[in-house]
Order: sequence, then structure tokens, then C-alpha cells
Amino acid sequence: MGKRMRQDEEEDAGEEALRKAGEKLPSQFKNKQKRTAAYEKVKKDKSIEKKKRIKLRDAAEKQALELGEAPPPRKAQRTIENTREQDETVALPDDDELQADEGLDEFSSHFSRERVPKLLITTSQECSTNTRKFIKELLTVIPNTYYYKRRSYDLKQIVKYASNREFTSMFVVNENRKNPNGLLVVNLPEGPTAHFKLSSIKLSKKIKGHGKPTRHMPELLLNNFTTRLGHRVGRLLASIFPQDPQFKGRRTVTFHNQRDFIFFRHHRYVFEEKEVKEKAPVVPGDDSGKKSKKSAPKTVTRKGVIARLQECGPRFTLKLQSLQAGTFDSKYGEYEWVHKPDMDTSRRRFFL
Amino acid sequence: MQSDEIIWQVINHVHCSYKAKMQTQNFCRNEYNVTGLCNRSSCPLANSRYATIREIDGTLYLYMKSIERSHAPKDLWERVKLSRNYGKSLELIDKHLEHWPKFLVHKNKQRLTKMTQYLIRMRKLALKSKRKLVTMPAKEVKREKRREAKALTAAVLDKSIEKELLERLQSGTYGDIYNFPVKEYEKVLAMEEMEAKGEDSEDEEEEEEEEEPEVEYVEGYEMEEEDDDDAMEDFAQGAGRMSDSEDDDEEQSDDDSDASEEEDVKASLKSKKVPKKSLKVPSKRGQDGPAPTNRKKRRPHVEIEYEEEREMQNADF
Repeated sequence: MGKRMRQDEEEDAGEEALRKAGEKLPSQFKNKQKRTAAYEKVKKDKSIEKKKRIKLRDAAEKQALELGEAPPPRKAQRTIENTREQDETVALPDDDELQADEGLDEFSSHFSRERVPKLLITTSQECSTNTRKFIKELLTVIPNTYYYKRRSYDLKQIVKYASNREFTSMFVVNENRKNPNGLLVVNLPEGPTAHFKLSSIKLSKKIKGHGKPTRHMPELLLNNFTTRLGHRVGRLLASIFPQDPQFKGRRTVTFHNQRDFIFFRHHRYVFEEKEVKEKAPVVPGDDSGKKSKKSAPKTVTRKGVIARLQECGPRFTLKLQSLQAGTFDSKYGEYEWVHKPDMDTSRRRFFL
Repeated sequence: MQSDEIIWQVINHVHCSYKAKMQTQNFCRNEYNVTGLCNRSSCPLANSRYATIREIDGTLYLYMKSIERSHAPKDLWERVKLSRNYGKSLELIDKHLEHWPKFLVHKNKQRLTKMTQYLIRMRKLALKSKRKLVTMPAKEVKREKRREAKALTAAVLDKSIEKELLERLQSGTYGDIYNFPVKEYEKVLAMEEMEAKGEDSEDEEEEEEEEEPEVEYVEGYEMEEEDDDDAMEDFAQGAGRMSDSEDDDEEQSDDDSDASEEEDVKASLKSKKVPKKSLKVPSKRGQDGPAPTNRKKRRPHVEIEYEEEREMQNADF
């Protein structure tokens, strides 16, 4: 979309020029061959123009480097992320109100270490092999997790059962056509309940070069949860994992939110010291360094610490469908947020 | 004038709109029919004396009609509400149909049983939660898939995770588990190498019988340490005994922040470190990984922990 918009702008500019020159616009030709030729000419002119611009820019950069000056800044690339539609609920770091709310919400007891997370996993009725395999992997990733067969119980019964046995959260894996396709996350005992669409599941066996994790408590990375809703979902997901990770295990579990898709990854990592290539720091007006810089390469190597990752699996993607206050209640439950089809109309509007 | 026989003749041989003809038998669609079959005895139209049970909004009623009221369709049916209790309802039927034909009494009781059962079943089903089927429009599924793939590329997951981990390392989340920057440690290593080399010529013979001289070294060393608090200084001093020239440089170049980390590590490795001095093997980082058991005691380097742990992990599974 962005590309198209930019093209439109450029075309407008080209048409303006033509109009000023008193020439016909390509669309004004009635003969198709002539019209095509005119279009081609416009297109060619534009590409030549672009090449010129790039050449000029490169030359300017080179010159600046030779002079030991900072090169002129390049235009930032337009991405969906930086052209995201404004959302007034995006939480700023100094949002006192949000912090106060979070201090009082259902997860505050988890974050103040008053309760130890304990997770119950169950499935929809009649689960298949694929779902069971997926759950088996979940059991290795999340500490203090117990799998219960669904049998023919109602979810409400199970919720009651779980909260009586001091489970702090509950997963229900839903399946469609013998493949897991949904995940219900219930925070116990008083909610909320989030329903996620589950997709792109890759079990660790299928991940190339996957590692085998230890049983240490993993640490948690929550990336990009910006809005109030995002914070809430992030806290819900964080409350599944224990608060005190064992850093010795060098295990990390990531929930990365990008454009409302929450990517789950599980890694082992290692910190290593390595030569890191860096761009030479250019000090404007530094005459002494001029001569040496001409001969020296543009990058300098420096000893730095890097992190290396090995994926352990599984990986999957979640997409929030609804967030319900309280525990699971499809009939009388009050929804905090529900995904509706008309929310998908703009691809630059995100809710997490 | 009510004439049952004529009505039945018409129904049976001409036409009845309630009749549903099947190949084997005929059924009756009339709501008042007690059996549901189309025959002379259970036809609610062709019998001027008739009783049946109907369910209205979950409650059962016994309906009776008699020939005396046949002239007034408004009051044709007499209705009695039956109890929710099955036994009481049976008694009610017995009471109201006391002198009625046995056929009707029997059929009504059968009907009561059937209806009570289905009401119970209905109530049970209403309590049970039902699964709701939803549509998954192919267009939306495809779009989501496409957007997900693009979001994944935009996320650059590995990079962002690595970045976050490094940030945590720099902000000190991991405390003194990791010993970056390694610069200081390398200095220490280099120092040790020097010592070892210096020792080599002197202490070749002692290496063979390590055990007893080691103990003596330990005690001497620790007594010295008691004088000075700073472990790094001690270490430098200890080193200084072997090669004096290095002493001063080391102390100055140490960063304050790292000194504390080193202290901890040193404290834990103190006992291991001392015997090492009598060793001739120069320390190199690469050699630490496959540390044999007898070597364990001698090597104070931080990298040991690091590599060993990794091996342990692999061994676990």
C-alpha cells in the first residue's frame, strides 16, 4: 500500500511536469499504440530520474566520508510499523494510571510473587495425535504444568476443579480437522480469559538444528506489547511462567508481538565475545584523522559481546480473538475486547 | 349430532388431512392423538369419548372429552394439570379415567411415561454446554496467513531476541553469572601463564608429587589473604611472588565494577586456584572444555564453569 502511495505521488509529479510543458498526458491519447508509447516514455524518464538521484546521493555520501564528515541522513524507510495508525491507548513509559491499574489487576499477586504459577492443560473434546504432540511439547517448555484429559466435562466444571486445586491458569487447546487451531488461556481463579487463534505450529523435531532444553526455569521476553490491551495480554501470558528464572539454564521463552501476531519461540542462548565490525566513528572537523581514514577501511573491528541462539521449539503463532473478563463463560460472559471483521479493514491499525 | 361411525368411515375411506400414509401403516398428525397411529380406537375425531396427554411449555395436562359436551366445541376438552411427580400423575390419571375403557387408560399411562422421560432428557440437555460451529471464510484465512508471514519477516525474531538478551546482560539482569567483558580475565590468564612458565623451570620435580606441597601452599596463601581484603590484590601479590614485574600494572588496570565480580568468583575458586600455581601447564581458554577430572582442581578460570555447564546439558538428554 505504501509503495502504491509513493508511486502515486511520483506519478502525480510526472503528470504535473507534463502538464506544465504543455504536453499531452499518456491517458489523453486515444490511439492505443501511441498511448502505450507515451506511458513507456514516462516510465523510462522516471527510472532515469531515480538512477540519477541515487547516484547523487552516493556521491554525496562518499564525499562526506572523504572529508571526514557525517554523511547526510538517508530517508527512513516507510514500514507498516512506523506508519501505524495512532492509537490513544498506547501506553507511555510514565503512564501512572496504567501502573496503578496493573498494581490492582488479577495478575498483581503473580508479579508480587505471592503465588506460584501452576498450569493445567486440557483439550477440546476428542483430541487427536497432533494436539497431543503439541501439548507434550508445551509441557516441556512451561514449568509446573499438568495435562488433564478432557473427557466429557464442561469447561466451567474444569475451571472450578482447577481453581480448587490452586492452579493459577488453564490452557484449552482447540482443534479443527485433527490439527490444533485455537488456544484458550484462562487465568484462575477470577479471569480474564483470552481466546487465541493458534497457527504455524512447528514442533521441535521439525526445527532444523533444534536444541534440547534443560529443566531450569526459563526467562521470559515479552516484546512489543504497547497498548493497554497489549499490556494486559502480555501480563496474562507472563503469569504462566514463574517469576524467578534460573539464568544458569540460559533458556528463554519469547512472546514477540508484531502486527497483532504473537510469535512464540523457545531458545537456548550463549553470550560470546567476538570481533564485531562497526562503522568507523566519524568526527567532523577532525583533521588529524583525515589521511589515515582515506587508506583505512570504513569499518573498524572491536571486541564485543554477542548472543548466540539455538532454538529448542516448539514455535507457534497466536492471534487474539477475544478477551473476556472473568473465567470462561460463553453465554453470559462480559467481553473486554472482541475481534470483529471490520477491524481488519486497515492494515495499519493494531490493537496490541 | 355426533356420529362416530360416519366420521370414521369418512376418515378411513375418503379423506383425512391428519392422515400420513406410509407403506406399512398410517400415522396421525392430530395433536390430540394418544398413540400417533391412525386407527379406529385411537382417532381423536371419530371417538366421542377420548382422553389424551399434551405437553404445553414443559407441563403435562390430561385432556378428556365426552359426548355430553360435543355440541359445544369451546368446552369440548376438559383439562387437568398433571403433577411433575410421575407417581402422582399416574394416580391422577387413574382417578380421572376411573370408568373409562382400559385401552385409553393404558395408552395414556404409556404416553405419560414417554413424555416424562423426554422432559427429563430435555432439561438435562439444556444444562449441557453445546459446541458452536463457526465458519472460517477462506478469504480471511488466506489473508491472515499472508499477513502473518509478512509480520514474521518484519519481526526479525532472532535479531530482536538477541538484542533484548544483550540489553539484559548490559543492564545487569544476570548479575555475576557472566564475566563480560572478558578483558580482565584474559589479563589474569596471561599473568598465570607467565607464572606457570616461570615456575616450570623451578618446580618441575614437585609436579610429580602434587598433593602434599599443595596443602602447604594453601595455608600460606590464605594467611596472607587475611591481611588484605581485596582479593584481586592478593591475587596480584600471589602472582608477584613468582614474577614481580607484572604486579603493579594489573592492579591499576582493573575496573572497579568488575573487581567485585571477580571477587566472588575468586572466593569460590580460591581453594582450586592455589594448587594451580605449582602446575606447569600454561592456561589457554580453548583447553578448558574437555577438562579431565584431575585437572579440575587447578584451574580457576571462569570459562571452566561456562563450558562445563554446556556439556552437562548435552549429557542430560
